[in-house]
Amino acid sequence: MNLTLRIWRQKGPEDKGRMVTYQVDDVSPDMSFLEMLDVLNERLILAGEEPVAFDHDCREGICGMCGLMINGNAHGPQRGTTACQLHMRQFKDGDTIDIEPWRARAFPVIKDLVVNRNAFDKIIAAGGFITAPTGSAPEAHSVPVAKGNADAAFESAACIGCGACVAACPNGSGMLFTAAKVTQLSLLPQGQPERYTRVIGMVDAHDEAGFGGCTNAGECTVVCPKGIPLNTIGRLNRDYLAATAKRGDNTPGS
Amino acid sequence: MDLYTEGDPIADTRAPDGPIETRWERRRFEAKLVNPANRRKMTVIVVGTGLAGGSAAATLAEQGYQVKSYCYQDSPRRAHSIAAQGGINAAKNYRNDGDSVHRLFYDTVKGGDFRSRESNVHRLAEVSVNIIDQCVAQGVPFAREYGGLLDTRSFGGAQVQRTFYARGQTGQQLLLGAYQALERQIGLGNVEMNARHEMLELIIVDGKARGIVVRDLVTGEITTEFADAVVLASGGYGNVFYLSTNAKGCNVTATWRAHRKGAYFANPCYTQIHPTCIPVSGDHQSKLTLMSESLRNDGRVWVPKAKGDNRKPKDIPEDERDYYLERIYPSFGNLVPRDIASRAAKNVCDEGRGVGPGGLGVYLDFADAITRLGRKAIEAKYGNLFEMYERITGEDPYEVPMRIYPAVHYTMGGLWVDYDLQSTIPGLFVIGEANFSDHGANRLGASALMQGLADGYFVLPNTVANYLAAGPFEKVEASHPAAVEARRDVEDRIQRLLAVNGDRTVDSFHRELGQIMWEHCGIERSEAGLRKAIDEIRALRAEFWQRVRIIGDADGLNQSLEKAGRVADFFELAELMCIDALHREESCGGHFRAEHQTPDGEAQRDDERFAYVAAWEYGAEQPVLHKEDLKFEYVHPTQRSYK
Amino acid sequence: MAVTGIILVLFLVAHMLGNLKVFAGASSFDHYAHWLREIGKPLLPGVWFLWIMRAALLVSVVAHIWAATTLALRARAARPVQYAHRKKIQGSYAARTMRWGGVIILLFVIYHLLDLTTGTLNPVGDPSRPYANVVADFAPSRWYVTLFYTLAVVSVGFHLRHGVFSALRSLGQQTPQGERRAKNVALAVAVLLCAGYLVVPFAVLTGLVS
Repeated sequence: MNLTLRIWRQKGPEDKGRMVTYQVDDVSPDMSFLEMLDVLNERLILAGEEPVAFDHDCREGICGMCGLMINGNAHGPQRGTTACQLHMRQFKDGDTIDIEPWRARAFPVIKDLVVNRNAFDKIIAAGGFITAPTGSAPEAHSVPVAKGNADAAFESAACIGCGACVAACPNGSGMLFTAAKVTQLSLLPQGQPERYTRVIGMVDAHDEAGFGGCTNAGECTVVCPKGIPLNTIGRLNRDYLAATAKRGDNTPGS
Repeated sequence: MDLYTEGDPIADTRAPDGPIETRWERRRFEAKLVNPANRRKMTVIVVGTGLAGGSAAATLAEQGYQVKSYCYQDSPRRAHSIAAQGGINAAKNYRNDGDSVHRLFYDTVKGGDFRSRESNVHRLAEVSVNIIDQCVAQGVPFAREYGGLLDTRSFGGAQVQRTFYARGQTGQQLLLGAYQALERQIGLGNVEMNARHEMLELIIVDGKARGIVVRDLVTGEITTEFADAVVLASGGYGNVFYLSTNAKGCNVTATWRAHRKGAYFANPCYTQIHPTCIPVSGDHQSKLTLMSESLRNDGRVWVPKAKGDNRKPKDIPEDERDYYLERIYPSFGNLVPRDIASRAAKNVCDEGRGVGPGGLGVYLDFADAITRLGRKAIEAKYGNLFEMYERITGEDPYEVPMRIYPAVHYTMGGLWVDYDLQSTIPGLFVIGEANFSDHGANRLGASALMQGLADGYFVLPNTVANYLAAGPFEKVEASHPAAVEARRDVEDRIQRLLAVNGDRTVDSFHRELGQIMWEHCGIERSEAGLRKAIDEIRALRAEFWQRVRIIGDADGLNQSLEKAGRVADFFELAELMCIDALHREESCGGHFRAEHQTPDGEAQRDDERFAYVAAWEYGAEQPVLHKEDLKFEYVHPTQRSYK
Repeated sequence: MAVTGIILVLFLVAHMLGNLKVFAGASSFDHYAHWLREIGKPLLPGVWFLWIMRAALLVSVVAHIWAATTLALRARAARPVQYAHRKKIQGSYAARTMRWGGVIILLFVIYHLLDLTTGTLNPVGDPSRPYANVVADFAPSRWYVTLFYTLAVVSVGFHLRHGVFSALRSLGQQTPQGERRAKNVALAVAVLLCAGYLVVPFAVLTGLVS
């Protein structure tokens, strides 16, 4: 099939950026979306033009490195699918496809479609962990975990940190990402000692990074390639309310 | 041989002798310690943030060292360990099914086709149990039973259920556990994290590894970084085949640069080819996707009996199908080890009985399992894998059998290390897939995660102290001649790449290199093929340096430039792999030489001549081979048989 | 947002119940209106209670708007460059119309106070005869008032549809079953309040109340 692509081109963080139109012919429906961009880039290089910079790594939907706004959809039109696993059979001959980077103050553009998602790492560093230095762990079977809790924790832990939730959110909020980690760890007995300091630390880091506030609009969960449920945010809110209620001199993170 | 020279034998002098169960404990006791106050004064560089690098960086920081961590991805959480699906082995014996440290040790040595070190493997089996404890404490959501205890399954043909898992995303969950521990240390200021940085050279001062040259991939800035010890955890080199299940960015540059500076490269030809991947769909193919090995528990592998049978699978009657694994290996059937399943698939496709585009595929059929267990049960077990298959191929595996084909998956070879995981360069430690130490000629399923975490959490943090006890070493300045030279080499190389300004893209070279390697140094190798490959690689490498075209400059993000540097190193590695494959005139594990097979087509090992580790020293003209003899005191070499 | 929102929802419920008194006839309705001014007597001097309520409502409204404005400003700051390709709404339509809906409701409330509280914009405008004011308001000849009123009430409905759910979520509703329940509650509140408010003008319009 033949496609018209309109791609965001931006030389660097300081450049203003613009949409540029390209024609790509002979696209096979079996190609992945990123392979289609590879083909475009090969042609651009041979024509002496700069190839389009975009992030990608595993190309099997798990590393979370790829992230493209495709026709206004984070990761494209197919639900539960990252851009790297999106295949061209989802499009038709003659389609025009707009490709843009994630847009958020907390995710500044580095070049073309590549953004800096370091803010997510900072949120994790602010509490998204269980303090268990190597060597200090008790025998794994000493604390049973109810299967339901383990499964629900896993469901939240499936987050790949791609940032689609932020990209799709009308408020530019990173709450689904934050809530997924809070939920995973607060469902496990190992996560209880730091439950309240964790949520305060992470929400503070989230706000500090310049993400917007959550209004439960629900766009995030629709585009999430791993289907992280919106009710994780409720769990975060509950923990946050409990934590702020007891926030005192003895509460770290306050 | 005309392609290499042979040097002195090499030996692992760190491993204690005596009863194998006591060696690791004795080594830890005999190793020197660093007192906590001194640890703060010492810096360790860790390159790579996968299971090995991430866990090592976190643990070293917890111990009190200053750590500088580097990865080429935009976040340490994205290292390719994240893609591991199946699980992680541990000798917990929670199932009471006869498992033990000794059995895991035995299975791993045997599975590695008797080309690994007994001492290392035993240590791996010992610490496997600590890994599970550690990960559970970190909040890794392993699958659990209704009673709240951990679930395990049998994996890759093991006869005990020792594989712990988190649905089909075990690697992701383990990596996130290590990543979170690492982020905690970053937050505490004990680790300086440098994402989107690529190591391009090793700096050696007075014979010791003292630093690295890195390029900031965003700004293009090249800097020299110094430390008291350098740890490489940069993963495997499967991308030398262009198409592999590795992430697009996986590369050999860090280890290859260290090799060129004096670290020996061991067993480069040992490559694991995974039997269940989604076949290539066309020339545009950029990577291959693995379908978890667990699918072979319920799927039956077959091809048509007749050559060139183009009928739809459902139109081929039962008696015209060849369930070849069940036919050739009646006792293991579809669950034979990876190398055997891969070679069998290649053989039937070579006979012209392959299915799908280009005849490079075999069916993995769930029809029987769906009839037997019901669609619901299959959905519960493999739902996410079936969905992924459908997304990629557009075919519904509940209705049409899956098509699968082998693909490069893991490289057992890597930088040579001693029992302390130290390379032949003092102060340079190598962990995880980047080293060669534990898997011999073939890795068992669910053992890569185990080894990465064993090295990072438990082995390296203990052994590195023995080296650092002599430190802190004299501070190195950026103006030190060795640092200046290393940095200039990097800059010159980048300028040379940019200056070619030819007429072919980096990817076109990489693809062609991959084809050569897959053809001649893939599932089956032969002397004639390998010699041809070496000639072709040399010619292609020369052409690369004359015709490659990279647009843009080195002063900012330039993904073509990054790729070009990696491909340039792959060319050199590819040649060494072929030489290693050529010199190893036997078949073992992932290395199958056409000339060395039993009458019924199975791998023929030659323990008389080849029971050694081939450790290659870099030579400007020719590589130099150093042999490390392998002794088997506990597991006696036998021919593997799965019939 | 959640707390002030809930206060306002409680007010809406009380206000609706009062409105429905219109079906009990003019004297009953007028009596109710007068009674409102005398709640708390003799503990409090006349109309004090009413003013306390008004103050509480005013504080809630101001706090609600302040919080909404803060969120809106944060949202704007969080995405300095907009997408060239705006996508269609995929989550909830009601959720995406909260801000404009809120503005419409605010404008309506101002009009509504001038109309039926102060009487400034009412054709009768006699504070002592609220029943007459209402009937005059929604007379068929003033169809545009009824239309505006209807639009505003529907806006309130949408606002509640997401607002009630969102408030419950903000206060920590966290399970998948709870989510379904919260969404159903939100829908029920929205529909009931809409119906309760719309039945009055349409009763006047159709002559059921005159």
